[in-house]
Parts: sequence; C-alpha cells; structure tokens
Amino acid sequence: MAIWLAGRRGASYCVKALISTTFRSSRSYTTAFASNGNSDSLFFCGNSSSAAVFGSQRFESTKARQQLDLLSSDDDEEQNQGVDFPGGRVAFTSEMSFLPESSEKRVQCYRVLDDNGYPLSSTQFKHVSKELAVKMYRGMVTLQTMDTTLYEAQRQGRLSFYVTSYGEEAINLASAAALGFDDLILPQYREAGVLLWRGFTLQEFVNQCLGNKNDYGKGRQMPIHYGSNKHNYFTVSSPIATQLPQAVGVAYSLKMDKKDACVVTYFGDGSTSEGDFHASLNFAAVMEVPVVFICRNNGWAISTPITEQFRSDGIVVKGQAYGIRSIRVDGNDALAIYNAVGVAREMAIKEQRPILIEALTYRVGHHSTSDDSTKYRPVDEIEHWKTARNPVSIFRKWVQRKGWWSDEEESEFRANVRKQVMDAIQVGEKIEKPPLADMFSDVYEEVPSNLMEQERLVRDTVKRHPQDYPTNIPL
Amino acid sequence: MASIFQGVGTATTLSSSASFDSNKFHPSSRRSLSERKVSFLVVRSDAAKMNPGLNKIGGRADQLVTNAVATKPDTSAASTAASKSGHELLLFEALREGLEEEMERDSRVCIIGEDVGHYGGSYKVSKGLAPKYGDLRVLDTPIAENAFTGMGIGAAMMGLRPIIEGMNMGFLLLAFNQISNNCGMLHYTSGGQFKIPVVIRGPGGVGRQLGAEHSQRLESYFQSIPGIQMVACSTPYNAKGLMKAAIRSDNPVILFEHVLLYNLKETIPDEEYVLNLEEAEMVRPGEHVTILTYSRMRYHVMQAAKTLVNKGYDPEVIDIRSLKPFDLHMIGNSVKKTHRVLIVEECMRTGGIGASLTAAINENFQDFLDAPIVCLSSQDVPTPYAGTLEEWTVVQPPQIVAAVEQLCR
Repeated sequence: MAIWLAGRRGASYCVKALISTTFRSSRSYTTAFASNGNSDSLFFCGNSSSAAVFGSQRFESTKARQQLDLLSSDDDEEQNQGVDFPGGRVAFTSEMSFLPESSEKRVQCYRVLDDNGYPLSSTQFKHVSKELAVKMYRGMVTLQTMDTTLYEAQRQGRLSFYVTSYGEEAINLASAAALGFDDLILPQYREAGVLLWRGFTLQEFVNQCLGNKNDYGKGRQMPIHYGSNKHNYFTVSSPIATQLPQAVGVAYSLKMDKKDACVVTYFGDGSTSEGDFHASLNFAAVMEVPVVFICRNNGWAISTPITEQFRSDGIVVKGQAYGIRSIRVDGNDALAIYNAVGVAREMAIKEQRPILIEALTYRVGHHSTSDDSTKYRPVDEIEHWKTARNPVSIFRKWVQRKGWWSDEEESEFRANVRKQVMDAIQVGEKIEKPPLADMFSDVYEEVPSNLMEQERLVRDTVKRHPQDYPTNIPL
Repeated sequence: MASIFQGVGTATTLSSSASFDSNKFHPSSRRSLSERKVSFLVVRSDAAKMNPGLNKIGGRADQLVTNAVATKPDTSAASTAASKSGHELLLFEALREGLEEEMERDSRVCIIGEDVGHYGGSYKVSKGLAPKYGDLRVLDTPIAENAFTGMGIGAAMMGLRPIIEGMNMGFLLLAFNQISNNCGMLHYTSGGQFKIPVVIRGPGGVGRQLGAEHSQRLESYFQSIPGIQMVACSTPYNAKGLMKAAIRSDNPVILFEHVLLYNLKETIPDEEYVLNLEEAEMVRPGEHVTILTYSRMRYHVMQAAKTLVNKGYDPEVIDIRSLKPFDLHMIGNSVKKTHRVLIVEECMRTGGIGASLTAAINENFQDFLDAPIVCLSSQDVPTPYAGTLEEWTVVQPPQIVAAVEQLCR
C-alpha cells in the first residue's frame, strides 16, 4: 500500500490511500512525505532507528530548528529572508492580518458508504473479506442487542446502572477490527464493542455489571467499568479524559520497549474540553509516541451540545494546533472507520507519531440510565439518527447486498444474542458476590495492618448487628 | 491506625498490658508481612546483625547523628560518622545516588518531569542521569502536571517504574485528579489487574521567601487518599534509603523532600542499603517526653533538644518518616515510656499530619498519656513573602522548648 501525503506550507494534509488487494503486504509499504518545513516528518521510522532518531533530536532540542523548505516555489520568497526566532525561521509580512477564527469551509469528512450502504462512486477503500465483514456486523448487532437487553434489565431493577452505545456501534466494532490484539486500548466508557471484538464474552460483561465474584474488577466499580489486562483493555475510570495522559504513558512504554504495537484511546466531544486532552495531545506530539486518539464526536455531552462545548470546527482542527496529523471520518460508516483506523495505526507505529481521528456520529441513546435525553433535545432528532442514519442498518445493507447476510439470519441472530444475554444475566445473578475481604484487598499490593484492623472492626460490627448486614455479600 | 511493624517481642509486651486494647494489634497476622519487608533491608556496614525482635533502627540511629549543615548557621550539630568507611555527600546527591543505583539495577525505572533531563532537575536531583541513560529514560515533559502524572500512571500500568518529579510539590496540586482518582485507585478498581508502582517526589515545605504558592505542604492534602503511601526524608542517609525503597515498592509512593534540606551533608555507607518505608527513625532516645516530627522540623527539634538537655530535660525525638501509614509501633513504645507527646510539624494547624497523628495517638494510646498531646504547627495562613513573617509561620526552637517545659510541668 502506498500513501502519499501532499503537504505544502499553509495547505492542509489530505490522505489519499491507494489500496492494493492485499493490505497486509506491509513489505511493499512505502511512504514518501513531502515536508512542510519540519525535518522530522521526513523520517520513515522503522524499528530501532526511531529511538536513535528520537535521541538525536532531543539532544538538539535546545537549538533552534532549521526549517527546510523543500517545496517552496514562490518567487518572492527568495527575497523574503525571514526572521530567526526560537523555533525556527519565519517569513515576515508587512501586512497585518489575523488568522480567521474558522475557515470558510469545514474540514471534509471521509466516507466510504452513503446512507443507504452504497459505496460512494469516487471512493477507494480497502477490500474487506466476507469473514471480516460478517464478524464486524455480528459484533455490531451483538453490541446493540446486549445494550438493549441490559438497559431493560436496569429498568427492571436487575442492574443498578447501564450505559448504551446506540449509534456508535460502527465506531466500536470497526475500529477494533482494524487493530491488532497487541494494541493497547484505553477506553472512556462507551467502547464496550471494542472489548467485545477482542473476545470478552457476554457472561463476562454481565458479571461486571452485576458485580459478582467472577467480575475481574471484583465488584468494586459501577457497571460498564470493564477492564481486562488479558484483552489489553485498560479498566474504565469514571472521570473523563484521565485516560488520555495515561495513553501517552502507555505509548511511552511501548516506545521504550520498541514494540510493534500502538495505543488507541477513545474519548468523547466533551472530553476535549478537559485540560488533560490538550496536554496529552501536546505530550504525544512532543514525545513522538504511537498513540491513535479517537474522538467519538457524538454531538452531546450529557445535555451539553457541541455548540456549547467548543467553538472550533469540531475536534479535527485541534490536531494541527499540536502538530498532530488528523482526519475527520464518518463515524456511522463502518468501512470508513475501518480504513481510517487501519491507516492511522500503521502511521502511528511506523513513524512513531500520534494520530487524531474525529469520528462524527450521534449519541442515539441517553447518556446513561440516569438520564432522559428527551428533556433537552427533540425526539424527532433522536428518531432521525436512529432510523435514517443508523450505522448498523447502513452496514447491514452493504453486507446483505454482497450476499453475505440475509433477513433470516438477522432475526435468528438477534434472537439468539438476546437469549444469550438473558441467560447470562440469569447465570450471573446466581453467582455469589465478592466477599467482604475484597473491600480491603488491592488497595495496596499487600493488605497493610491498618486495613486489616479496619476490616476486623467491620466484622466485629457485623457480628453484633447481623440483621443490618446485606445478606448477599459473603463474609 | 495501626502500622506494619517488625518487632515480635515488643508486640507481646503491648498486648499484655491490661488497659491497652490488645484487639487493636495482631502481631501474628502481621509477622508474615513484616518478614517479607525484612528481606528488603540489607545489613548495614557495621551494624549488629539484624534482630527482628528489636527495634534495630533505634539502636543504630543512636550513633547516627547527622552532620547536618543546619538550616540556621549557628546550629551545627556534633558530627559522628556512624560508619567507619563511607562517603560524604549532600542530600540531593544522596537522592541522585539512590535514583542512579535503582536505574542501573532495573531498566524499567525511568524519570518523568519538567527539566529533569539535561537541565538535571531544578534541584539537580537528576543531574547527569540523562546523558547516562538517554532522553527516553530521563524524560523532559511539557508543563502539564496532570498530564505527566497520568502519563507515569499509564506507563506504570504497563510495567515501567516511573519516578514522577514535581518541580515543586505545590505543582502536584494540578495532578491531584490523577493521583487521587487513578494512582491510588486503579489497582483496586481493576481488581488487581493493573499495578501502579510509581514514585511521586518533589520538594515541598516552606523555603526561603518562595511565596505562598511555592510553600505548600502537600502531605496534608494527600494523606486521605487511599491506596498511596507517603514518606518524608530528612537526612541524606534516609533520603537515599527511602528513595530506593519507594522505587522498589509496588505501591504508589509519594516521597516528600524539603526545599531547604537539599544541601545537608552527611557521610553515608558505601554499601547498598534500603530502608523500610513504614518505619520511623529514632533520632534521640529519651525519657521525659516524646517529640514526633519529620522533615525540616527535625532540625528545629534537635536544636531545641540541645537547649532542653542543658535545662535538664531528656526528650525522645522520633522522626516519623512514614506519613502514611504512621509507625504506631515505635510511636506507641515511646508514648508508653514517656507518657507525654509533643508533635512538631510544618503543616497547617487544620487537617495536617499533626492533626491526624494526634487523633491516632489519642485513639490508640489514650491510657498512656499523662497530659493532652500538644501539636505545634504552622498557622492557617498562606505563607507570607516577607522573611520575618515567614519565619513566624514556621515552628521555631524556642517555641518547642517552651512547649516541652509546659508539658513536663
């Protein structure tokens, strides 16, 4: 696969991917980059060379960068010598002009299929095998069905809390499908589909939601705060954007170990207001680490629409502010996501650089079971995205047209998954909750004496007032 | 709040006392814990063989009076180099030695912070390490404390052992979200799947006219966070030992250094040694009163101790070192002996380490106290810039002397 990155000073990057039939022939992968003036973008970072490159650059970090200008062909630039400042040479102008707060045209959105699942005529995209496509589709349906069933279970009082990913099934599954198992995932909380792709079973999901003994988190967290180190999926932490600097740290360790893997971290539009977001992008760029930042711009942060969240053209434009290559993708188009994430991953690993992907989508469901979004947005808006712009339906149309899926399979599969989830709930509810001792373990590596004493005090209290102690938590 | 301790013999004495709530101590259950910790400690140069039954720190530190370049020029303590061989260095160099030894020993150890690389750190603790270990292992970061603390946490979850340096402890307030919500918590909420063996360190405390924002005592704010450990170093000897112990620990540890102590000089052993994170240090055994302190206040206390000795008092001075958890074993033994407690700290009156320590001692050793605990702390004011006023916000030796005299009446 060859990628050309055309860049001239002042122009935005656009990626045209020409795909050969076998995407995986990475040996034929060549990259030619035209510089926009930064010498480091010329590097094709293979493996160990990146560390040496990185090292040599850092040693010169105190000197002002020499800007190479390979592409300039404007005549008057030869006369415009420019001025040296820390950071390099800048051309000067006698005309005072402010950069506009936004460009006239919004950044375009990469898309493969239209709303009816037909490939756009001009688009080129990676060939997807039947096996992969069906697996992706099944994953999307499973996610949707699991969400529906568990949401209903919460409404019935069988779960205390739940968060659905309605409308974002394509982002979940298609991005996961484009990654390798060794790539590390730092999720926010609406990425259960990624874990699903990696083999987390419905029972494991339900166990975490029920907080029973088999939950890997030992029942300590709220539902949907999944985490599994064996699936390379970091435990969800409720505060938003905290996973972003951690992603940089994880990528830093990959860089230290020179691993052929990258870090992929997800976050929403609301997270981009947090300081952690900005600092992490900045860090990732400065440290030249392989992180793919995937922003699920679903239009709403609980009740805050994006018009009240930021005034920029979405999130994609922020990448360049930090020196990060970025792309805007149709988040409801599974194939577009699959393509973009795959390419981003290659770039991140081979060039040891961060990439920012803004996936535009819509949060069809409520923020969580504690939210009723009809209170702050029109019902027909939700309906529109649920029907006309549904990522699962769009992909289904494409897959069915290919002859890889049928209506009968659809209803059978949905019924099957629903039954599996219900069974999982039934089984999960019968499993014991974790014992009291688990409240005190893992606070530290080993239980210290003060916590042992506190546990003992609790047990003493329970002995004296057994009727007040919950019956379902083993002592 | 009980603590991890080493002494098996002393524990039985404690539990046999009638008025003492022996239910609060479980020596047998803790023995296996302490044994694991004991393997950490390397026998020091000419110390007696490690006797887990006795408080060996006490016996050792007796001779180890620091040859300290004191914070006030007229208070140089008498110096006795405890080990015959050994090398003399300053506290920041001792920290660096500890760092370097650990980086040499374990390639996963790395340093993350602002200006730690070629600049060598704003207090020169990491000087020389970047040229030696490379820019990746001694990593300069942009200015975003929450971000690089989070970065350290992410790296730690992958198996690295980062040391996160806050240029001044006060800046770590910006990292509070990561420290509280993630550092102390992720091991627990992930069900033990992800470990966070980070060391967070930096200089704190009241300096010389650094202004209110740079004179913070963060130990007050962090002490409540579950899942972290806190230690404060005060001498080159314990600085190096605690640094090494903190790096080797699988728990997140916050190591509090003090801005004014970096140039303390001492002779430390040539041999490798690692101290116990949960142990306090017996600075001066005595009979009349237990003075508990840590970090810079140790020197004010020792200065006051000289005056007190001249006046005929015999204070027992303990540098508590471990701020979370407290070493209630050594403290308890001391209280049992002297029956009077004075806490001297640099924290504010409200909600400081002294406040927690007062509560802990009252709770556990109520019956051994002949007088209420006295806690000398800084006032609840932002530290003024004016040098004379700043001095008045920090507990001074004359106040300590007066407090002891009052307490021992």
